[in-house]
Amino acid sequence: MTEKETILKAEARDLSFYYGQAKALKNISLPLYDKKVTALIGPSGCGKSTFLRCFNRMHDLYPNNHYEGEIVLHPDNVNVLSDKVDPIEVRMRISMVFQKPNPFPKSIYENVAYGLRVRGINKKSILDEKVEEALTNAALWNEAKDRLQDLAFNLSGGQQQRLCIARALAIDPEIMLFDEPTSALDPIATASIEELMDELKSRFSILIVTHNMQQAARVSDYTAFLYLGELIEYNETKKIFTNPDRKETEDYITGRFG
Amino acid sequence: MNTPSNRLAYKPLRHIKERIIEAGLFLAAFMSVATTFAIVAILVYESIPLFKVVSLWTFLTDTQWTPLFDDAHYGIMPLVAGTMVTTAVALAVAIPMGTIIAIYLSEFASHKVRESIKPVLELLGAVPTVVYGYFALIFVTPLLQKLMPELSGFNMLSAGLVMGIMIVPYVSSVSEDAMRAVPMHIREGSYAMGSTRFQTATRVVVPGAFSGIAAAYILGISRAVGETMIVAVAAGMQPNFTLNPLEPAATISSYIVQVALGDLPHGSIGYQTIFAAGLTLMLMTLVFNVIGYWLSRKFREVY
Repeated sequence: MTEKETILKAEARDLSFYYGQAKALKNISLPLYDKKVTALIGPSGCGKSTFLRCFNRMHDLYPNNHYEGEIVLHPDNVNVLSDKVDPIEVRMRISMVFQKPNPFPKSIYENVAYGLRVRGINKKSILDEKVEEALTNAALWNEAKDRLQDLAFNLSGGQQQRLCIARALAIDPEIMLFDEPTSALDPIATASIEELMDELKSRFSILIVTHNMQQAARVSDYTAFLYLGELIEYNETKKIFTNPDRKETEDYITGRFG
Repeated sequence: MNTPSNRLAYKPLRHIKERIIEAGLFLAAFMSVATTFAIVAILVYESIPLFKVVSLWTFLTDTQWTPLFDDAHYGIMPLVAGTMVTTAVALAVAIPMGTIIAIYLSEFASHKVRESIKPVLELLGAVPTVVYGYFALIFVTPLLQKLMPELSGFNMLSAGLVMGIMIVPYVSSVSEDAMRAVPMHIREGSYAMGSTRFQTATRVVVPGAFSGIAAAYILGISRAVGETMIVAVAAGMQPNFTLNPLEPAATISSYIVQVALGDLPHGSIGYQTIFAAGLTLMLMTLVFNVIGYWLSRKFREVY
């Protein structure tokens, strides 16, 4: 891992999160660097997805949840969890790809254009250009260009996931969140998504939750190991996977528990 | 030893029991299908004597319906027009209201609000239709007459409006079920793109639930076409060939009530007209149901 200049894009500061009374995240502090991939690993229920979903305030959609601490977005130096921040504005800058491909019941074209239309951009020439660009960057343009008006459900699972990536790309995000993006895909589709992620990280900061340790090792620059809502260890991926500081991390990585 | 040991032997009793259960279940399903066919058969059979006197062409094109008068005319069109107009008025109320309520309940209301509104709404569908009929006649019509003084005491507008209110819960509850069936991860996808609740509801949830919503509309139409008491009480039972909702008119169903309550001799032409009218009504609802079935098949969303 070359230590080129790393720019801080966002950081969690002493972040805790509660589902009702239950404390799901315990005082997590973690940096997110620009143009780098940060992976979150840990056993099921350790809070990886919960942590990821704090970044675009998805927890706001459900009642009785609350955050403590901060997630500071740079260069604004603003806490995105603050009441003064509009979660919709946050989601317009931090986009997300889900575990299961979730295209909308619309055509391929309209799926990609969705984020732009929501922002009030309806001019056809702009949409055409953005849709093509996003699909190209998501490595789906060649497969989809002749069937843009087809329903998105007609695509295969891997294509649907790339469509969801294109949809998230079309809005030029500053950070992209991936919540186990390949867990519903076969190995070939997984490989193509991983390859894609490697290309995309030159454009923005990526935070990915994964169950697959090889995937974390392959795609990420930094890795955080979470266990029972706590951040056990955070470091460069290479260090985590070759010489972790903590015994728990080593046990998890070598498959002794989890 | 190639014969199976006793513990693996075929147990006939088990299979006989299974057969009996299967036969019982089949019979239950068969009964409902058989009833439907029996009704159609009787309607057709009993209509035949009428069509021996009146040609099908006259039945469909004559613009007067006076089977009980000396100068008898047998044109079903006035009744069809009455049915269509009251249905259209009802749908103009029920579809927007039902859809808006469904969107509110499914996408905006909190769990608590939803659970308290739904039973009240369903109560609307439980009010006996004759009560709605009198509500239309002695409350809504006078109210409308204040706005439109020349409105007659019996009219299709007031009957249709009240019928629309009656249908609202059918439209809203079926639409709401369809919207709630749209998986949460699709909604989350929309929110994650930065859309508001309203954008998510109208651009993702409603298109996603379209087949179910279409089914709800068709259910509403079928209810409206077949509704009897409200129109019989409030719309006036006069077979007028008009598309003006401010006028009184009879619908197919209200004609059937009117005639069935009278003392027509069995076997007379007037008596047979009920069956022809019933057959027409049945064919109309059949057409709507087929359209609904087709719509929900065509727009079915697979997640």
